[in-house]
Amino acid sequence: MREKHIGLGIFTFLVFVFLLGPLLIISVTSFEQGTVLKFPPESFSLDWYKNIFEVSGFLETFKVSIYLSLAGNLLALLIGIPAAYALNRFDFKGKALLEGIFVSPIIIPGIVLGFTFLRFFITYYQLPIYAGLFIGHTVIMLPFIIRVVSSSLANFDFSIEEAAVSLGASRIGTFFKVVLPNIKSGIIAGVLIAFLESFNNVDISVFMTGPGVSTLPIEMLTYVQNYFDPTIAALSVVLMIITALFMFFVERLLGLSYFTKR
Amino acid sequence: MSLFTLQDVTVAYQKQAILQDFNLSIGEGELVSLLGPSGCGKTTTLRLIAGFLQSKQGKFLFREKDYTKVPVNKRNFGFVFQNYALFPHMTVFDNVAFGLRQRKVSKASIKDRVLRVLDIVSLKGFEERFPAALSGGQKQRVAIARALVIEPDLLLFDEPLSNLDANLRVNMRVEIRRIQQELGITTVYVSHDQEECFSISDKVAIMNKGIIEQLSDPATIYRQPKTKFVADFIGFKNFIQFDSRRQESDGIAATVQGITLYVQQQDNTAGLVGAIRPDDLRLYALDAAPMTVENAVQGKVLISTYLGRSYQYEVQTSIGRFTVNDDAAAAPLANGQDIVLEIPKKQIVLVD
Repeated sequence: MREKHIGLGIFTFLVFVFLLGPLLIISVTSFEQGTVLKFPPESFSLDWYKNIFEVSGFLETFKVSIYLSLAGNLLALLIGIPAAYALNRFDFKGKALLEGIFVSPIIIPGIVLGFTFLRFFITYYQLPIYAGLFIGHTVIMLPFIIRVVSSSLANFDFSIEEAAVSLGASRIGTFFKVVLPNIKSGIIAGVLIAFLESFNNVDISVFMTGPGVSTLPIEMLTYVQNYFDPTIAALSVVLMIITALFMFFVERLLGLSYFTKR
Repeated sequence: MSLFTLQDVTVAYQKQAILQDFNLSIGEGELVSLLGPSGCGKTTTLRLIAGFLQSKQGKFLFREKDYTKVPVNKRNFGFVFQNYALFPHMTVFDNVAFGLRQRKVSKASIKDRVLRVLDIVSLKGFEERFPAALSGGQKQRVAIARALVIEPDLLLFDEPLSNLDANLRVNMRVEIRRIQQELGITTVYVSHDQEECFSISDKVAIMNKGIIEQLSDPATIYRQPKTKFVADFIGFKNFIQFDSRRQESDGIAATVQGITLYVQQQDNTAGLVGAIRPDDLRLYALDAAPMTVENAVQGKVLISTYLGRSYQYEVQTSIGRFTVNDDAAAAPLANGQDIVLEIPKKQIVLVD
């Protein structure tokens, strides 16, 4: 028999209100016609959605964010997959240390990381802004790739590799024909999570962007400082939908339990 | 002529030698089992032959050629794993075809050979299934088919039946033996199950701590173990440490604490340890012992245990403790009863 806990019901409801309320309010206010954010809205229009495309910076920085995420992802995969493979496949000295270093960008506060990158890449080595952004984003994506790929390698039976080699496959061939197909879903999920991490990143980007170069979140910050109209609310709704779609795919591939297992 | 030879091979793991100056030679078409307790080096030996491990010293000769440095994928040996190690993302057909695709065999020929080998392992009609949809026995058949289809020069089994249930194990080992003899493939088989090894092998190598204690056909090992370890491993529970022995006209007279026992042994080893199976000893109550008891020793029953088919007795005598299985269930002997123990001279085996 199921017991009914009225208190628990109310508590759960409040948690949901607390979590989802702001998102709901933002969504509703984005349809306001007036030039100032208002709740509840007094009229309905899609003008501010149109405005997203009329403000010159958004579309452009959206592209920058996408390219940055894609390029960073590619490099993070090239480093992350072999790293995850080595960490799971072999036993070697300093393995724990290496694991710690790879995961450290998650632990170190983003603001510290961002400032460090600024000091070294931009101030000291005088790297171009795009290069700095690229390296910075790769670094913050890498731990996610390594963690997700590692978790699918942890379930991988390495004797399968030996079976392939004993049947005549080369070591490299074995990796592509036998290992990769079996950790495919982990890789895709890693890419999606890393993509979101990079796409939503503010703390690194805020240090690394410079004159004429910006990412979407930074552009949004700048916009909010100057205007108070519902454009940002409309843009937020669009980003929420994109993020929700991403998470939907990640969940299908990996299960949301991955995020609760930390 | 031997197909392959391991010559003075040494394998070490983290500075600890697993195999030291190890030698093994196997003839063409034979099925040889490596049998021993866990940690005896049997799997290491198998993995060394397969090429998964490199030896620190020594040579591996295959058909007179030096194979020591030949990588796994160039050896053309079939390996059957304990946990099957099927490719989970491939169908049964693709699993079996994998080795042939590596060898760039033509498509038509692949289909032909895969279907033929699936027929041999009685898995016709399973081509499109994925490993997850197979039972343990079926997976093992796929694993065997996958190793057979490349027409290997040598077939290696690493405890292939240990994940199967008891009935299936018996069926599969008959199957493995049938296939091996049908195709005449030289096979090395690793197991820790004595019955399994004895039932399928031409020869069994009993291993202990990285050395082969005895390599013979199963019947010889069963009747004539060479060392105490082998005797113990195959069920000689009782051991008598003799002080001395001398050759007589019709056998050997061995002495322990002034008592002389006669041993009727053909193969004369220099050993001073007498080994006897519990089933081969006979017990009589002291007052009911016949006059013709061979090698009679007096003693006392310590513990008697009812096993259903027979009684098992722990007996204390002047030359040590013995475990005796006795089926004279009609008049069981009581704890503390004085007895005469008969050690038939035919049944004592002198081992090192």
